[in-house]
Amino acid sequence: MSFNRRQFIAIGTGVSASAVLGLAPSTASAAGELAQAAIDAFSGDATPAEGKITLTVPEIAENGNTVPVEISVESAMSEDDYVAEVMILADGNPAPGLATFKFTPMSGRANASTRVRLAQTQDVYAVAKMSDGSVYMTSKSVKVTIGGCGG
Amino acid sequence: MQIKKASQLAIRALLAPSIALAVSSAAIAGPDENELSIEGTAIATDAEAPEGSNLQHLYSGWRYRSSETQALQMDDFENPAFTAVDTGEELWNTVDGSKGKSCASCHNDAAESMVGVRAKMPRWSNTLDRPHTMETQINACREEQMGAEVWKWESGDMLGMTAYLGLQSRGMPVAVDLSEGDMQSWAEQGEEIYNTRYGQLDLACANCHGSNNGKMIRADHLSQGQVNGFPLYRLKWSGLGSMHRRFKGCMDNIRAEPFKRGSDEFIALEVYTANRGNGLSVETPAVRQ
Amino acid sequence: MASANKPRVKVPKKAAAGDIITIKTLISHKMESGQRKDKDGAAIPRKIINHFKAEFAGQTVFETVIEPGMSANPFLSFSAKVQESGDFQFTWTDDDGSVYEASKSITVS
Repeated sequence: MSFNRRQFIAIGTGVSASAVLGLAPSTASAAGELAQAAIDAFSGDATPAEGKITLTVPEIAENGNTVPVEISVESAMSEDDYVAEVMILADGNPAPGLATFKFTPMSGRANASTRVRLAQTQDVYAVAKMSDGSVYMTSKSVKVTIGGCGG
Repeated sequence: MQIKKASQLAIRALLAPSIALAVSSAAIAGPDENELSIEGTAIATDAEAPEGSNLQHLYSGWRYRSSETQALQMDDFENPAFTAVDTGEELWNTVDGSKGKSCASCHNDAAESMVGVRAKMPRWSNTLDRPHTMETQINACREEQMGAEVWKWESGDMLGMTAYLGLQSRGMPVAVDLSEGDMQSWAEQGEEIYNTRYGQLDLACANCHGSNNGKMIRADHLSQGQVNGFPLYRLKWSGLGSMHRRFKGCMDNIRAEPFKRGSDEFIALEVYTANRGNGLSVETPAVRQ
Repeated sequence: MASANKPRVKVPKKAAAGDIITIKTLISHKMESGQRKDKDGAAIPRKIINHFKAEFAGQTVFETVIEPGMSANPFLSFSAKVQESGDFQFTWTDDDGSVYEASKSITVS
């Protein structure tokens, strides 16, 4: 039986092998496709570049119900140069969308924090669209743990 | 009280090696060294173990949680339990029942009159000849003094009120007094339940929270099972819950038939566990995983 | 938890013109994602807060389109640049059309 990297991490954090085997590999890759489709739709003609975004998530989330996520994007936030939108996604959730933050020059700073649900260990993506249409993207992995007695 | 023991030897034989594996192969890590400070006020999260305790030192459940979970308790705005506290405060000032009173009518400002109350619960009631928990005391007041309907144990109203009143003792040491009435015998009954194996997994509270606190069970960091933070916001519940809800949840997890909220068994267990944590600071409303 | 959907908002009472302040908001809401199933195996219908808006003097400062992946009791923290005294208006929109509101004043010197 071969395990993919995600399942190895899950086993490594103490999740029983049977719980891991219960996750159909096809579900994991299907979510990846949905997330990619959402990123493509959001980016439009632009190709996401690296940089500008700081994405803060815990390395290990003690409970998948409430995982803190913070994004911050470098920008002058002036009338002609500001961050228009930042979309956050979770590629291993049944539906990858988490939230889309919409900023204006009145925001002063393009940052936001919230709390999200993560169904399993996976990558969280942040995609930022600037006022000039350029797009930036980053992602981080979050390990989501399962409690001791299944609780 | 019936002592239940698992008779499914086959299940136990299957599970025993995997449980042993989960506990012994993972890192043995005691509570962390982080310090709790809420809105600028430091709150002690450990204490000297009371005399006769089989714990070497008392640690609040807060010390076993990830830093993100800990952070949620350090700010009264970030702490999601506070919408319930707001509800409690509203209810405190709301007239309810046939006598046309609110809690405030007799008790005025809870921030003065309720200080220290939760720290001493459960406490003996001479009239009832049994212990009062916060919930039973609130309902007694509602029924007798206000002519109002009692609240269900886990209702939004009861949780809001116990969170609001518990907050008025935050930072004070838990001080359950076993010398009153029959409190000692209730504590002893609670201790017996604590040490009794239940359910298909045939586990007693003591097996995890007594002998193995500090170790990892799967990816969970086992605490001492202290109750100084209840009612608390549990990330798993995405909401506030009572101590008895947590007791029930643990019993569900070991595949036992749980006792009911407000039952003699859970009240005895509450008396024992609260007293076992005498000296720890009240952290209500706490945040846990 | 509380049955009513109570919003809580934290806005500094005072600021200097040109300051960038931090605003924190929270609203109690179950955020039923639509993924859960009931005892009979039927899907529990989705019912979430799907939109949040912060306005100052009628102008939008910050907005969020919220998806079911957001945690229960949605928490949002963001920044706002203030130039003059006035009122912040906060609006949360539920899938069922309900609208929850809160407002806070700020004195800007």
